[in-house]
Amino acid sequence: MAAKVGNQDSYPNRYAYLSKNLWSGFLFGVGFIAFFDEAVFHQLLHWHHFYDKSTTSMGLVSDGLFHAFSWFATIGGLFLFADLHRRKALWLMRWWGGVLLGAGGFQLYDGIIQHKVMRIHQIRYVENVIVYDAIWNVTAAAMIIIGAILIVRTQRHRAPEGENRA
Amino acid sequence: MSSYADICYTGGQLSGAIPQVLLALPFGLVLFFYFFAIIRSNRHYKKWPLARTVFWVVGVLLAVFSVAGPLAERAHFDFTAHMIGHLFLGMAAPLFMALAAPMTLILRVLPIHLARHLTRLLKSLPVRFVSDPIVASLLNVGGLWILYTTGLYTAMHESLLLHLFVHVHVFLAGYVFTISMIYIDPIPRRKGFLYRSIVLIVALAGHGILSKYIYAHPPDGVSLAQAEKGGMIMYYGGDAIDLVLIFILCMHWYKSTRPRELAEKKVSGTIPLAARR
Repeated sequence: MAAKVGNQDSYPNRYAYLSKNLWSGFLFGVGFIAFFDEAVFHQLLHWHHFYDKSTTSMGLVSDGLFHAFSWFATIGGLFLFADLHRRKALWLMRWWGGVLLGAGGFQLYDGIIQHKVMRIHQIRYVENVIVYDAIWNVTAAAMIIIGAILIVRTQRHRAPEGENRA
Repeated sequence: MSSYADICYTGGQLSGAIPQVLLALPFGLVLFFYFFAIIRSNRHYKKWPLARTVFWVVGVLLAVFSVAGPLAERAHFDFTAHMIGHLFLGMAAPLFMALAAPMTLILRVLPIHLARHLTRLLKSLPVRFVSDPIVASLLNVGGLWILYTTGLYTAMHESLLLHLFVHVHVFLAGYVFTISMIYIDPIPRRKGFLYRSIVLIVALAGHGILSKYIYAHPPDGVSLAQAEKGGMIMYYGGDAIDLVLIFILCMHWYKSTRPRELAEKKVSGTIPLAARR
């Protein structure tokens, strides 16, 4: 699990850009999971509906804002990634922590607030939708937990390899 | 009553040649002026980039295609054609035309005293007000909300003046919105990236929400099936064009924050700090 030494050598500035690594991953994670949701569940499987008309108006606004934000975040997150790379400040493990936290956080919000409370649409229009909801939200929670572990493991005080084990 | 009747046309007359010519003519003129300016500019300056010229031609053609010809004809009774036309006129054409940097070209070829007048105009309060991202977004997306959620959509198909006004507004608002978000040409009072990004996100959200609203609540005279198709064209078509807008905005940010020296030494202090433990 420890970061590769080679990685540290090519990115010596990463300890000065801890939060930027986190933000880049987080934004990309939110954007990517929203894109995945659109591509797989809307377009390929046709499980989700564009608009199932049981949506509250609050839900319509929330969906619109999150959609626009995630669209922007995908691209913005990748440009931040490129910026970290050119500053020799990328910390891939921390970046992945951000990705999982963003993706899991968005999926949990989507699964609980947007699907259930605001009734934007359901995961699939079947009788046992509760099973789908459970898998959806457990996956989201798992992503958040793994992401949080990665982020905690990539703090500043853990920085120099070997030294913090003494 | 008679004055009202004077401007009140039936749908049949509206699909005739007059509104199409009136709306297409200005685009034809600006295409001509752009080429004229390129010829003058190339005499004194570095050759005007081919890419910008192509952007202008594509932008103008998209705009003309949306206000005249078969697509414009269909738009009178087919809502999906109307929506494709509006994506071209209000989003794609303004984007391509903004990328062609017309203001830069004009300032190159105008005599100095006229160029000074023009820059003074650009710095004037009304222009600064309208080109603020928030105001531009309200004019653009707010205008669309009024068009599709009030009786304006129906009225536009009955009155020539309203028809002209709505189409001119859709293009101009789209253009001002585009240049308020991405700075290709000189613009007074440049705003920061974060400010523009946040306003852009909210504006995109307003556009997406309206698309879904149309999907469920067809404007008067539009069938549910057509509204569903039109709403989805607006939603996904808008996303596609916004993708380019977001990409350009982020790329400008990326270029502007390029570190002066890539090998910065400012992190050297962090390692002893960590070793203190």
